[in-house]
Amino acid sequence: MKYDVVVVGTGPAGSRTAKIAADNGCSVLMIEKRQEIGVPVRCGEGVSKAGLKQIGIQPENSWIASDIKGARIYAPNGKHVLLSEEQAGGEVGYNIYRDIFDKSLAKQAGKSGVDIMLKSSVFDVIKESGKIKGVKVKSMGKNLEIKADVVAAADGFESQVGRWSGIDTSLKPNDVVPSLQYTMTNIDYTEYNDFYIGSVAPGGYAWVFPKENEANVGLGVQLSKIEERGDVKKYLDKFVEKKFPKGKIVRIVAGCVSACAPIEKTVGNGVLLVGDAARQIDPLTGGGILNALICGTIAGEVIGNAVGKQEFNETLKWYEKKWRDKLEDKLYRNWIAKEKATTLNDETFNKIIDTLSGYDFKKVSTIEILKGINQKHPELTRELEGLI
Amino acid sequence: MKVDKTKCMYCGSCVGTCPENAIFLEETSIVFNDELCIKCGLCEKVCPVGAITMG
Repeated sequence: MKYDVVVVGTGPAGSRTAKIAADNGCSVLMIEKRQEIGVPVRCGEGVSKAGLKQIGIQPENSWIASDIKGARIYAPNGKHVLLSEEQAGGEVGYNIYRDIFDKSLAKQAGKSGVDIMLKSSVFDVIKESGKIKGVKVKSMGKNLEIKADVVAAADGFESQVGRWSGIDTSLKPNDVVPSLQYTMTNIDYTEYNDFYIGSVAPGGYAWVFPKENEANVGLGVQLSKIEERGDVKKYLDKFVEKKFPKGKIVRIVAGCVSACAPIEKTVGNGVLLVGDAARQIDPLTGGGILNALICGTIAGEVIGNAVGKQEFNETLKWYEKKWRDKLEDKLYRNWIAKEKATTLNDETFNKIIDTLSGYDFKKVSTIEILKGINQKHPELTRELEGLI
Repeated sequence: MKVDKTKCMYCGSCVGTCPENAIFLEETSIVFNDELCIKCGLCEKVCPVGAITMG
């Protein structure tokens, strides 16, 4: 079996890369270890409306679960600040059904001619004289070798294809956020996505993302702040017991989020990494869908170019340059902010939210927050200096 | 390393966190490569539901 391109993983990054590569004339195979695309969901399922529009993803009623007006950020003392969609920097908009969303993107790839192979686990890459030449797959009881000129690794947080190819995607415990989420019913529905910061979720945050008749109630904790096995679940159970004692759980979602600075390298000879596998998640918010789609689009275009020229080393490096031009500064800035935020205590968070709730700002930015804090809690300015 | 299959969600948190790339996830099974494992214990801590025990 031989393709121009093999894409490992059928999340948004994989399907987008595959579709755009196929639209640019490549023969493409997508490989997925699960039996159903999009399942099990591993996501809080919030996505920016403006962001999707920018990328050209048409909203579909089948995957829109709710239209969100803004975000509310709750301090440990219960006070909150309300951010409109615009103020939140487009980080909120729709809450979606990720399983349907992912299938929709995969179908778009399929309609562009991409072949899809399910229930097939990639367990290694094929390497010949320093170039990645394909993947080794366990598929329905058979071991297969599938040759390809380009391997696109969209294998999510696990990010193994990159590491088998010699690209370092390993994470420090400070940059790993294990998360757990209950999809719950029998709780009050609001039009806001709520975020709870402080010791409720050390080094991370808790969230409540409502849909019709249900809400995603979840929580992530920085790995370096975990003391005992199963701590994440303990934190979530405590949060749920306090906030939603009458809530009923209809789904459990587990998963992990990277919160690192941009990694050094996301391409090699005949291989590129895209989405969570490339650690392209926003390290402050944990949002990954948009960046996966943005980078998938770039990856697909660059791969199309490489296949057209039949040159798979230098040409692929354009992917690295293009996605970094678009995202690297923001990812790095937000990583710095996250590093700082994970050192703050509840009292400081209380003061920050107090400042924000009384401050008239157009868009939440680090500079705006610092200006406000300088006015209202000047004693904090020094503590937050590292954010600038 | 031991995985409690009654707890494991097969979410891959341990796979991506393992510094040695010593864990492999198929759809509903987790396999540890004992030769690569350095017993750092990160997989035990990162598991959101506490399904992994150092053994």
